[in-house]
Amino acid sequence: MSKLEDDDWLYTISSKRKLIDFNFQEIWNYRDLLVLFVKRDVVTVYKQTILGPLWYLIQPLFTALTFTLIFNKVANIETGTVPPFLFNLAGVSIWNYFNTCLTSTSDTFTTNSAIFGKVYFPRVIVPLSIIISNLLKFGIQLFIFITFYVFYKFSGAAINLDSTVIFFPVLVVLMGMMGLGLGMIISSLVTKYRDLKFLVSFGVQLLMYVSAVMYPLALIKEEMPKVSWIVEYNPLAYIIETARYMLLGTGTFSWFGIIYTVIVTIIVFLLGIIIFNRTEKTFIDTV
Amino acid sequence: MSIILKAENISKQYRLGVVGTGTISHDINRWWAGIRGKEDPYLKVGSENDRSTKADSDYVWALQDINFEVRKGEVLGIIGKNGAGKSTLLKILSKVTIPTTGVIKTKGRIASLLEVGTGFHPELTGRENIYLNGAILGMTKAEIRTKEAEIIEFSGCERYVDTPVKRYSSGMRVRLAFAVAAFLEPDILVIDEVLAVGDAEFQKKAIGKMQDISKGDGRTVLFVSHNMGVIQSLCDETILLHNGRFVEKGKTEHVINTYLKQNIGNDAVFNFDIPKNNNIQAYATKLTIVDLNDNLMNEIPIGKPWKVKIHFTVCQEINNLIIGLGMTDMLNAPIRTSWTPSNNLTPGEYIAEFVEDSVVFNHGQYKLKIGISKGFHSIQYLDENVYITISEVVYKQDKTVLTNGNGVFSNQMKMNVYKT
Repeated sequence: MSKLEDDDWLYTISSKRKLIDFNFQEIWNYRDLLVLFVKRDVVTVYKQTILGPLWYLIQPLFTALTFTLIFNKVANIETGTVPPFLFNLAGVSIWNYFNTCLTSTSDTFTTNSAIFGKVYFPRVIVPLSIIISNLLKFGIQLFIFITFYVFYKFSGAAINLDSTVIFFPVLVVLMGMMGLGLGMIISSLVTKYRDLKFLVSFGVQLLMYVSAVMYPLALIKEEMPKVSWIVEYNPLAYIIETARYMLLGTGTFSWFGIIYTVIVTIIVFLLGIIIFNRTEKTFIDTV
Repeated sequence: MSIILKAENISKQYRLGVVGTGTISHDINRWWAGIRGKEDPYLKVGSENDRSTKADSDYVWALQDINFEVRKGEVLGIIGKNGAGKSTLLKILSKVTIPTTGVIKTKGRIASLLEVGTGFHPELTGRENIYLNGAILGMTKAEIRTKEAEIIEFSGCERYVDTPVKRYSSGMRVRLAFAVAAFLEPDILVIDEVLAVGDAEFQKKAIGKMQDISKGDGRTVLFVSHNMGVIQSLCDETILLHNGRFVEKGKTEHVINTYLKQNIGNDAVFNFDIPKNNNIQAYATKLTIVDLNDNLMNEIPIGKPWKVKIHFTVCQEINNLIIGLGMTDMLNAPIRTSWTPSNNLTPGEYIAEFVEDSVVFNHGQYKLKIGISKGFHSIQYLDENVYITISEVVYKQDKTVLTNGNGVFSNQMKMNVYKT
């Protein structure tokens, strides 16, 4: 072999790893697979069910209803001029997006080990497809939110879309990146240490209570000033609070909160990519 | 021809035992060594992959220093016993895992066909699964669309193509999965044991397709199998691995011969217990299966002459001693019996040789039975656990032997076709 020919190699497989080894060209080549995975996720979940995609609507509706009954009627949490049900529906819909993104990406490697062990394709396609199919579900849930929004608006509730609502998609992207980033980190660690699997299932629940899903951010500062820092340093709380500010015109909007959230999200997301990249090459030996 | 793939010093280390508390401490050690820029401390340990011996280290080398090159258009077989590292090598080649050390360089797109059907979703229809599985294997939607009709036709599942795969029989699933993979067009195709599935008809079809792919289209194929017959018919050259180490690469016929010689001992030598009866006049001690040059043969390539040697001990002077060798199929249906002429023997060690150089047995296993008698009076009869194996490997291709036919014998009758 001459030196010249050596340069012609299309690619090499070796143990050397770069810190960030994201081959966008390759992911682009597999875009059809991404689409098919999304399709599979959306189509197959409710096969052989009678209500089918209606389940997408039933889940947030009943959660919001339960929250309204418990937190607003029983525990008397004030939501200002906004109808409590709408307040909760907004929080639950956005929280659900994060929740499903995180929980279903966090077991990427373990649930797909059979297929990952046989064929190579960019592993990141799987969590990406989960994020996208969840985005579709979120879209449907947003639609139901809009329906109720219009209904309450016409019955005279004091709710107003804030002009910043055009940035609402940015919030959704942040939420998705956060879920994906955390999910990738956890899925990578779970391949070796299964302990995290248990942590995720109840950790996410706990996380919801400190993410200002069913109460306004201002309320916790007022009622429990000593522990409110847990919520205040939780970037998810800012996303949900800001979303409600945009959609319902209630709550607070802070530039500090937004910038802080963006920075944390980007760090988590990059960390997720790095860890995921390191894991995807050898996880099959340890899973 | 140009080199399309090159493996340099490929090694793969695995950890033995379960992943437990030891794992995290080793991980920390490794990480610490990495930070200081030192080599992984666990790379120095690790023992050769010999399944049956007790491990003396927590680590094992599934592959060690594998070097080879593959030329464009070559169909390369990879053979070896269980645990030789074949599947590990294919996993590395298909990028499922990375080697612990070493580099694989390639000039083409590699696609693997390792145990088909894993990508199927049971709720989706056959057609939807063709697209999904095709995409998993690296095809684009457009590529699959152009081949869809061919794939469905090849699979022979036309009637069920719009039914969810969960309603399929396992055979149909395999057919469909293989059909998708067979229409892949990578530069290098990696195949692991897929032909061991499906019914005889489909296996034939699959092998035919493999032949088309490799011979007709000039694709490079790496092929792992235990079926020496298939390896022989598909591969020009073959690599032999043993306990994770490279043994040889060469002409398939030659390498298969080395392989068959390798496992000798298990199935070529049968030792018998000394009978408890002290008055016994003669008894068999050992039976060996060898070729005409007295090389032990684990499996005999179909058509190759072979010998059975029965070692026996004569305790007292004996007249009219006859040694008999019976052969039955695995269901104990008698095939033939041979008796030596009667001998008058003095005490000592003897060998009775039975040579088979005219009848060609078809591939498969046959039971051997040994009888020692004095005249019509039986002294010893052994019929337990003695087998002879005729392998699918063909010794010599000629017109007098039909190696892919059915039945016990492969010799052809003397035939004639004429006009009346």
